[in-house]
Amino acid sequence: MIWSRHNISSPSRADVLLARLSGSLAFAVAVLLALVLLMLFKESWAVLASGGWARFFAGEGWFPSSGQYNLWPMLWATLVATLGALLLALPLGLASALFGRFYAPRWLVLPLRRVMMLLAGIPSVVYGLWGLTVLVPLIAQWEPPGASLLAAILILALMVLPTVALTSEAALAAVSSASLQGAAALGLSRKGIVLGVALPEARAGIFSGALLAAMRALGETMAVLMVAGNVVQTPGSLFDPVRVLTANIALEMSYAAGEHRAALFASGLLLMLMVAALAWLAGKRGGRLYA
Amino acid sequence: MISMEKKWCAAVCVGLSLCASAWAGGNKLVLTGSSTIAPLALEIGKRFEQQNPGVRVDVQTGGSTRGVNDARTGLADIGMASRALKSDEAQVLVAHRIAMDGIGIILHQKNPVKNLSDEQIKQIYTGQIGNWREVGGEDRKITVVNKAEGHSTLELFLHHFQLNNPDIRAHVVIGDNQQGIKTVAGNVGAIGYVSIGTAEYEQTHGTPIQLLPMAGVGASVANVREGKFPLSRPLNLLTKGTPTGLAKRFIEFAQSAAVDDLVTAQYFVPLAR
Repeated sequence: MIWSRHNISSPSRADVLLARLSGSLAFAVAVLLALVLLMLFKESWAVLASGGWARFFAGEGWFPSSGQYNLWPMLWATLVATLGALLLALPLGLASALFGRFYAPRWLVLPLRRVMMLLAGIPSVVYGLWGLTVLVPLIAQWEPPGASLLAAILILALMVLPTVALTSEAALAAVSSASLQGAAALGLSRKGIVLGVALPEARAGIFSGALLAAMRALGETMAVLMVAGNVVQTPGSLFDPVRVLTANIALEMSYAAGEHRAALFASGLLLMLMVAALAWLAGKRGGRLYA
Repeated sequence: MISMEKKWCAAVCVGLSLCASAWAGGNKLVLTGSSTIAPLALEIGKRFEQQNPGVRVDVQTGGSTRGVNDARTGLADIGMASRALKSDEAQVLVAHRIAMDGIGIILHQKNPVKNLSDEQIKQIYTGQIGNWREVGGEDRKITVVNKAEGHSTLELFLHHFQLNNPDIRAHVVIGDNQQGIKTVAGNVGAIGYVSIGTAEYEQTHGTPIQLLPMAGVGASVANVREGKFPLSRPLNLLTKGTPTGLAKRFIEFAQSAAVDDLVTAQYFVPLAR
């Protein structure tokens, strides 16, 4: 007997209380998110109303002192850095998940996962410090100035790697054992099982893991701020210093006033919308795992 | 009898809380502004609190511009600005100097260049000179390190060299002094500018950077104190009009020799007295 009452359709008083409490807390979280969005709108309204969105996508560049707020260079930098990081982290993370799931000796599986979890838990400012003192000088020897799009991509790839690896592993673990055993019974090689059965079935989960990683890369601030060079320009090569949207907000917010401040809030709003779009996409495609 | 006691208790409680709130209102100082001064103000505040039991000093950062604005609007009792007041600001605000800070041009220690003229520095920062060979150094690309907009260090630098920020062709844009020092220390071809106090400290503790002299004057804490070094700035506390009461006492304390050790510990230069 698990239920103290047989009829669960007429819940006890404790149940009613718990339902109301958890319901109102869940509602509060949703309200909080709405308030954040509302605040972003309100703070950026000054600049949205005066010139509309057009001002963010036209003009010579980002010169707040002369009222020019062209976001394109930073938007490109943000997108390229995120995409580059994903391109690096996806194969590495997936390979690590496949190894852990299908090839690793049993004693290695747990330590490997622990290392990934540890990697996921390192504060971003520590990654940034490492990047600034080790990675950037290395790149500078090769092609100055060192602080560059490449440094940002490498740091971001390292940061999102555990996200990709852990979500891919979870997706692979969710592949039904019936499929795997069936494939084995049919005499498929291990390579055949991995490529032909496990990967296709885990595709949706791996995809939404990649989207989660993209969200983290988009929102990362401190580490990128320390290694990317922060020059506002459209990246022309991997060795060009760039400034991403988050770094721009962090660098300038404490000094900004008036329209400049509103423009920074507007770029925050843009970031939030991008992340929301990714989250929606992840929910839609990876419904089985994260819906 | 019991109810009498309760009433009495309640009366005392209300009285106490009234006293406490009045007391807190008169004994709290709010300082906002320059992130350069904030750590120093925090230390001075701690010592001031120790010597004046019951007083609370609250320090918040946000840049010199915020310090000016907050002092003007009364949001803060005292503003902090790491620059001299502009003429329109000086009409409403009074500046009280508590220390000096100098900005030094830093290069990597391995860079053989030991001297740059103002004109050369200007040309390097505007991209007209792109290789150290052109100023007597090795054949190496110059990495220009600039500060992000809004920092008073940047303002002072631009003002001294008569530059506009959009003219500067930077390769790296940094937020604070430490990031600047780490960037230059990690790149032999880099040039940057940071607070002399911080740079001198890092240099004596083995960080591979060198401070360039300006106009023949060595970039040192001593020269900044004597007012000889061209690229230096005052650290000011700001009040709206002449300060009174607690604010006045705090400012007098911050200007006294009793805090010289704190000023030195933050790598700033105490006032010449």
